[in-house]
Amino acid sequence: MPNMSLRKNKMPVQEPSLRSKNFDEVALGYTPEQAVDEAGRCLNCKNKPCVSMCPVSIDIPGFIAKIREKKFKEAYEIIRQNSSLPAVCGRVCPQEVQCESRCVRGIKGEPVAIGFLERFVADWCDENLKQVEKVVEKTGRKVAIVGSGPAGLSCAGDLAKRGHEVTIFEALHAPGGVLTYGIPEFRLPKKIVEKEMENLKKLGVEVKTNVVVGCSVTVDELFSQGFEAIFISSGAGLPRFMNIPGENLNGVYSANEFLTRINLMKAYKPDSQTPIKRVRRVAVVGGGNVAMDAARAAKRLGARDVYVIYRRSENEMPARKEEIQHAKEEGIIFKTLCQPTRIHGDSLNFVDKIICSRMQLKEPDESGRRRPVEKKGSEFEICVDCVIISIGTSPNPLIRRSTPDLEANSWGGLVVDPQTGLTSKKAVYAGGDVVTGAATVILAMGAGKNAARAIDKYLAELG
Amino acid sequence: MFKVVKKKILNSNVSMMEISAKMIADKARPGQFLMLRVDQEGERIPLTIADCNRKYGTVSIIFQIVGSTTTRLNRLNEGDHIKDLVGPLGKASELDGLKKVAVVGGGVGCAIAYPVAKYLHSSDVIVHSIIGFRNKNLVILQDEFEKISNRLIIMTDDGSFGDKGLVTDALENLISSGEKYDKVIAIGPLVMMKFVSRLTQKHNIKTTVSMNPIMIDGTGMCGGCRVMVGNEVKFACVDGPDFDGHLVDFDEAISRSMMYRDFERESREKTCNLFKRSQKECQI
Repeated sequence: MPNMSLRKNKMPVQEPSLRSKNFDEVALGYTPEQAVDEAGRCLNCKNKPCVSMCPVSIDIPGFIAKIREKKFKEAYEIIRQNSSLPAVCGRVCPQEVQCESRCVRGIKGEPVAIGFLERFVADWCDENLKQVEKVVEKTGRKVAIVGSGPAGLSCAGDLAKRGHEVTIFEALHAPGGVLTYGIPEFRLPKKIVEKEMENLKKLGVEVKTNVVVGCSVTVDELFSQGFEAIFISSGAGLPRFMNIPGENLNGVYSANEFLTRINLMKAYKPDSQTPIKRVRRVAVVGGGNVAMDAARAAKRLGARDVYVIYRRSENEMPARKEEIQHAKEEGIIFKTLCQPTRIHGDSLNFVDKIICSRMQLKEPDESGRRRPVEKKGSEFEICVDCVIISIGTSPNPLIRRSTPDLEANSWGGLVVDPQTGLTSKKAVYAGGDVVTGAATVILAMGAGKNAARAIDKYLAELG
Repeated sequence: MFKVVKKKILNSNVSMMEISAKMIADKARPGQFLMLRVDQEGERIPLTIADCNRKYGTVSIIFQIVGSTTTRLNRLNEGDHIKDLVGPLGKASELDGLKKVAVVGGGVGCAIAYPVAKYLHSSDVIVHSIIGFRNKNLVILQDEFEKISNRLIIMTDDGSFGDKGLVTDALENLISSGEKYDKVIAIGPLVMMKFVSRLTQKHNIKTTVSMNPIMIDGTGMCGGCRVMVGNEVKFACVDGPDFDGHLVDFDEAISRSMMYRDFERESREKTCNLFKRSQKECQI
């Protein structure tokens, strides 16, 4: 008999007043009892609507059934068949718009907490089992992967499992891509990323840090070094700015810079050599997950007032509902329907206020979201000493520039076959943000997975 | 890890290091830079590649000791290792098709001007080098510049070596004495590059400057290195570091370079204390 509770088991979290002062993980994870109880809510539907919404097609009712039977290791194995990073996905996937959005239990009441269960299984196995990767027969084929973010890691894992010799080239000094420099410790502890890296290395994947493909070595040179196929997953790239007066004042950061200083360079730790401005009043411009991360990180650095300024209403915010809620609990102040018009500085060119206009929503635009229009004469100012711009990125030009036969679209994203990830260049595949623009971890992983399948097929056909 | 194979003290606060880094040495061209991290807790800093030796797979950097990181870097000796080194980054300087060029270097910027002048000289371009320093004790690379310049003028602010005055004075004299340059390449402190650009704009001579703003990743991700060039946002790491000197907003760049000045000073003092050296020994 299934557990017919309309509500899911609540995720235990650190108290807001406590967590807004530390960088430790906010969500603490289910206990085995909670997990088994939650798993009991799954109806094990025959047509599995949840699976149809999973970018990597995990057998969701299958692994949940194993949790109900307390066979956590078997549950883990089911997830691992399709996902190479379960501990990561259980934390950062937007389940509410994917698997959980189609859960039958969600029609009346809350859907099964699929994400929380995935996370539980991954963490339980990490703590309780010694993972042994099966030894696979080597094919002797060499594949190069550009970038060690979610797309690159998932592609590398799948190719290594098929016996190919995989080398990942990472531009920064630490692997993980956005998992390392972008998503903060309090949402995704770096030891989890390190653990996933170790698992990949056990599969035989080699990671070379401090190599910028496009500068240190080109795509064509990788072929001449003996790589037979290349997967480009170099990520989203340069931050966008609003082009309003005052954006280059001291104290104005892109979210990428602010978060990189904190996450990759650990600027919040006393022994880090990387500086970050100690701020008291912060305005974060934008409404995505990155904006939430920046706002919550600023709070943890000791800022008293942190504002999120977004030009549409909360309904249109691209950030996950859970992140918005966590941010609010931590005291982040939401200024929705507001658009910055300029940033003002003091006599030394440090930010002292941001000037905004109030907006109203009109008919939907091409993105399907309602178009914000400025209300005349509604300007107001907020005193701040730091502004963080989090309105998206445009693709990094380095690989395109050094690989002329790689086709890109008008905004700079690489053009690929959507099924295989094959680019306009033979044996070169691409996936993740470098193709789609800024998207989610799981979509990037899905792209890496598809490309791995196509690369494996291509290599097999080489004979 | 990257091994320091040679170290040379150029003056009281400028050092040269030759580092084993084959991948970078194979590729580096004049004007490009690298990012380095001295140790595990270290920050990432950009430094221009001063020279490279393809045969031995080494690159040279020349750095001024200004903050904690350069202080830590300067504590390394031959045989020690640098934790992380990545490059070559940025676009190489555009140096082809030139016939006669004035290369203007200021202070430690001469380290960046040198490989440019050397490349031009080896391409049979007439090179007039003007290098400026605050005083005699800070003069670097004099012999090197002499070898590759058709004309070399050394300026010091106090006249303790070479001619007294600013590099712009020397450049102005050359131009008014009838020297015609296809291009002026100015590399040094922002204020120097600003005034060289202002002078050459008056004389309508194309001018390239090399910007060295604050960077975190140096690979086109953080946006910290943005510079306004002709009213457009440009990123020094992927669009530069060379830009048209007549289009760069120097006043803004100067103000942006002040962002962490207090932090730099404090952190340097802390580092000096850590190594139990007096401020004087630290040569601030």
